[in-house]
Amino acid sequence: MLLEVKDIHVYYGAIHALQGISFQVNEGEIVTLIGANGAGKSTSLNTISGILHPRTGGVSFRGHDITLTPAEEIVRLGICQSPEGRKIFAPLTVMENLEMGAYTRKDRGEISRGIERVFKSFPRLKERQNQLGGTLSGGEQQMLAMGRALMSQPTLLLLDEPSMGLSPILVEEIFNIIQEINSEGTSILLVEQNAQMALSVAHRGYVLETGQIVLEGASNALLDNPQVHEAYLGGH
Amino acid sequence: MEKSTTAPPVSFFQRIIRGRWIGKFMLAAISILVTVGIAFKASQSPALFFQQLINGLQLGFVYALIALGYTMVYGIVRLINFAHGDVFMVGAFVSYFAIANFQLHAWPSAVIPEINPVISLVIGTISVIFLAMATCGFLAVTIERVAYKPLRDAPRISALITAIGVSFFLEYFGALPFVFTSNFITYKRPFEVTTWYIQNGIHHLEAGVEAPTGSVLFSNILIIIIIISLLLLASLQFIVRRTKVGKAMRAVSYDKPTARLMGINVDGIISVTFAIGAALAGAAGVLYATAYPQVVFWMGITPGLKAFVAAVLGGIGSIPGALVGSLIMGQAEVLSAGYISTPMRDAIAFTILILVLLVRPTGIFGEPEREKA
Repeated sequence: MLLEVKDIHVYYGAIHALQGISFQVNEGEIVTLIGANGAGKSTSLNTISGILHPRTGGVSFRGHDITLTPAEEIVRLGICQSPEGRKIFAPLTVMENLEMGAYTRKDRGEISRGIERVFKSFPRLKERQNQLGGTLSGGEQQMLAMGRALMSQPTLLLLDEPSMGLSPILVEEIFNIIQEINSEGTSILLVEQNAQMALSVAHRGYVLETGQIVLEGASNALLDNPQVHEAYLGGH
Repeated sequence: MEKSTTAPPVSFFQRIIRGRWIGKFMLAAISILVTVGIAFKASQSPALFFQQLINGLQLGFVYALIALGYTMVYGIVRLINFAHGDVFMVGAFVSYFAIANFQLHAWPSAVIPEINPVISLVIGTISVIFLAMATCGFLAVTIERVAYKPLRDAPRISALITAIGVSFFLEYFGALPFVFTSNFITYKRPFEVTTWYIQNGIHHLEAGVEAPTGSVLFSNILIIIIIISLLLLASLQFIVRRTKVGKAMRAVSYDKPTARLMGINVDGIISVTFAIGAALAGAAGVLYATAYPQVVFWMGITPGLKAFVAAVLGGIGSIPGALVGSLIMGQAEVLSAGYISTPMRDAIAFTILILVLLVRPTGIFGEPEREKA
């Protein structure tokens, strides 16, 4: 098992955001967390990334306990997040954004190979490499955010709402690239509001509701589940 | 909501307020008055005018080195580090002790007696500056760790008050009889002053000789200040633009949580920023004391404030802004001392700040604070 989240309780002050959540990601999988706004999807990712720490419960990665490991260490261990809202460094160029993604890597040759790989997946970034991150369109920013996260060569890539605010064609493109990244060996934990899209690429999925997991299973099973259909797939 | 096509009529007064017309008008009126006044005086005695410009340049570059520390620290932790001027003072004192007590400026010729005395002096002076820079950098990192870091998530006003407290601590700890004492101390320059005058060419001015009237004087101190400042500015620009640490500094100043998600050690980058800013202030301390050879425990207050004003004038958080603002401050101070009144020069410097902020509240190079999601 690559990642195991075990019964975590996370609070924002007095707000009990995650109320005992457990899930796993296995080597080579795409796993998705779906659910409505405020269900705790981003909170789960930020807890894995070490931005938040659970009050009780634990997170382990490749068998090591990382519950209290600080965020910057977690990147070194092989987990990197592409955060919600893309969070591009607007005053830095596309190239510099990618270099920041490779912050934990030392080998220059490896970094430039990483940049080549990102440019292969996202040719549009190559054209814009000297442009400031803030001047990119929404879709390009999403590509940059994913490319930047890939620069740390993660074993597990966390993607938070990659489809947010993008046109259907771009969403299609982004999800194709997600599958491509996965086929090259990177495991992916995908958080999405677009449940249809997420379940169509994922192997397994978990449904979150107000800080708890209410359903889990193989993606096909969830797609066919009447409850999921009703609540997240628009009921038809 | 869609705005209706016929906008409600805006009253005369509202238009004045929105357009910042009062500030613009005052700035324009005063600029014209000052320009005309100075042009008139300059035409009477061009030599005096150029003399003032040179003096202002010297002061402006020293301010720039201090202002950069304010602006960098503000850029990364949104804190006005009021102790920065006192770090500058510590830099001046470190160089004073290094020169007067340990002859650090003469070490190369002490080690290798047959070395060319000029080379010895250059290496020695650079060593003194490096020592002051290193000490100040270390001091600032300590201050940051002890006083500011625990307040990182506290309201900004708490950190600001702490900064004022640190400033007082440095001053009055320095004033203790066994530290820097509370006396004015004459600064021993690492090198002798050589003065030249410009009048139909550049001539060397012998010691004890009056310069001919109508000539413009400049010394090796001016040249050294400008060269060292430009070198430091260029290195800073290189660090911030080209190195991994510099890029990380910009990333951290833009968005700390995302920087952490990329594996950037945010605390480490903040420490580096404090260290670089303080090192520049330390260098400024040495240069300032060399130009105006006297050190005292409160010597950092006024240059610190002026440099702060310069940083705000240029747009706080902007590195080119700090340089431009400082050069303007240097000229404003010297020209107002020369042509208006010496005791008024500080008041005039602050008046300029107020007027510029009336028209451009974010300073010359400043960008409006953006909203973060």
